[in-house]
Amino acid sequence: MKPIRVLIAKPGLDGHDRGAKLIARALRDAGMEVIYTGLRQTPEQIVAAAVQEDVDVIGMSLLSGAHNYLFPRVVELLKEQDADDILIVGGGVIPDDDIPALKEAGIAEIFTPGTTTTQMIEFIKTNIKR
Amino acid sequence: MENLIQLSLKGNKRACAKLITLVENYPEEAEKVLKEIHQYTGKAHIIGITGPPGAGKSTLTDKLTKGLVDQGYKVGIIAIDPTSPYSGGSILGDRIRMQDLALNTNVFIRSMGTRGYLGGLSKYTKNALKVLDAAGYDYIIIETVGVGQSEVDIVKTADTILMIMVPGLGDDIQSIKAGIMEIGDIFVINKSDLFGADRTATEVNMMLDLSMNMDRRPPVIKVIASKNEGIDDLIAEIKSHIDYLKESGRLIERRTKNLKLEVVELIESELRKIVITHTDSENRLDKEVINILNKEKNMYEVRDEFLGGINGKKD
Ligand SMILES: Nc1nc2c(ncn2[C@@H]2O[C@H](COP(=O)(O)OP(=O)(O)O)[C@@H](O)[C@H]2O)c(=O)[nH]1
Ligand SMILES: [Mg+2]
Repeated sequence: MKPIRVLIAKPGLDGHDRGAKLIARALRDAGMEVIYTGLRQTPEQIVAAAVQEDVDVIGMSLLSGAHNYLFPRVVELLKEQDADDILIVGGGVIPDDDIPALKEAGIAEIFTPGTTTTQMIEFIKTNIKR
Repeated sequence: MENLIQLSLKGNKRACAKLITLVENYPEEAEKVLKEIHQYTGKAHIIGITGPPGAGKSTLTDKLTKGLVDQGYKVGIIAIDPTSPYSGGSILGDRIRMQDLALNTNVFIRSMGTRGYLGGLSKYTKNALKVLDAAGYDYIIIETVGVGQSEVDIVKTADTILMIMVPGLGDDIQSIKAGIMEIGDIFVINKSDLFGADRTATEVNMMLDLSMNMDRRPPVIKVIASKNEGIDDLIAEIKSHIDYLKESGRLIERRTKNLKLEVVELIESELRKIVITHTDSENRLDKEVINILNKEKNMYEVRDEFLGGINGKKD
């Protein structure tokens, strides 16, 4: 059976990826293939990698506050590539007030700091488009 | 699928990526795709990069690719990391060292897990390679997990093998000797900015001088991948190896030998399926095993009866 493939990316300028790495490990332990691309990715790089890796999911984590621009930009670029069947989820420090607009823009779910990895895994499994 | 193939042959990356997913996961589709693209394959030069974890293989792949792209080539990369035997999942992190390449139109990078296959490559690496080859990549670099004997697998796949080493291996050099000195076409001492690089190079050179039955003495070169130093020399050595392979007839020889293995494997895996369905039917194997345990039959009789049955079916 084909494993679920997930791209974990850190857009923006903040230099912490401990959270992203923890999530990557949890997804691996749930049997997924996690492509980890590292820090400071531009939306263009994220989308190019997602296309080449043919992932089912993109997970982005952001602490620096630029999510209102960066997350929707990724959605937009995926549409340009006809790759908007990829499920996009986000996490990090994101104010509740911003969430509705992000969902409107095409982010399937925002995982706030209280979300457990089990919940994330469950969400991914039930929502990927196959 | 037809459409994907046409698009991929024209260089469309999304189509190429989708085809790789097919040939990596779905055996029936894989067969159809590989039949269709067969005539477009065989043009790429395959470079295998192997060596211990942390030696700088991904960093070197990044720099080598940039060098080749600067010379006008298209480069495909397959970066392989181990799959966890416990969960079947994996973390594929080689792209971290290749971030600048993501947007290069002449580069395609694909990460793969070994998926329980013990050879250091995934069982389907070769399929992915063929898709990239048909898509027009001039060089395809395979970065493999270099642990234990797994390097032996890369020999069956690559035209030129780069063995990556780092200073201060010490005892490791001795362990590396067994089986590995024979398969490297170019020995690369990476991290030559670190203490001990000259000594490591000397040791490797001495070991190569002692090795018999080599019709081409592999070169040993020092590089600093992280600083992009020595990469031009490395590319020159790769090209010189390609010339040697072509002029000596070794390229054809290697590829013929590998193809033979591949065909035999293909036949074996099909035979295995026939054997399994045959022995599984009506629990025949279970029954025969009881007969063997009870000394009513021996294994060789049972084997011959099964083979007779399989042959009878085919006639
Ligand atoms: N000092 C030094 N470090 C290097 C060099 N090349 C790579 N590295 C570092 O070695 C580490 C492992 O590199 P990576 O390419 O991921 O190794 P891989 O596991 O063999 O793919 C990274 O921290 C690199 O920055 C080098 O030439 N000199
Ligand atoms: Mg690596």
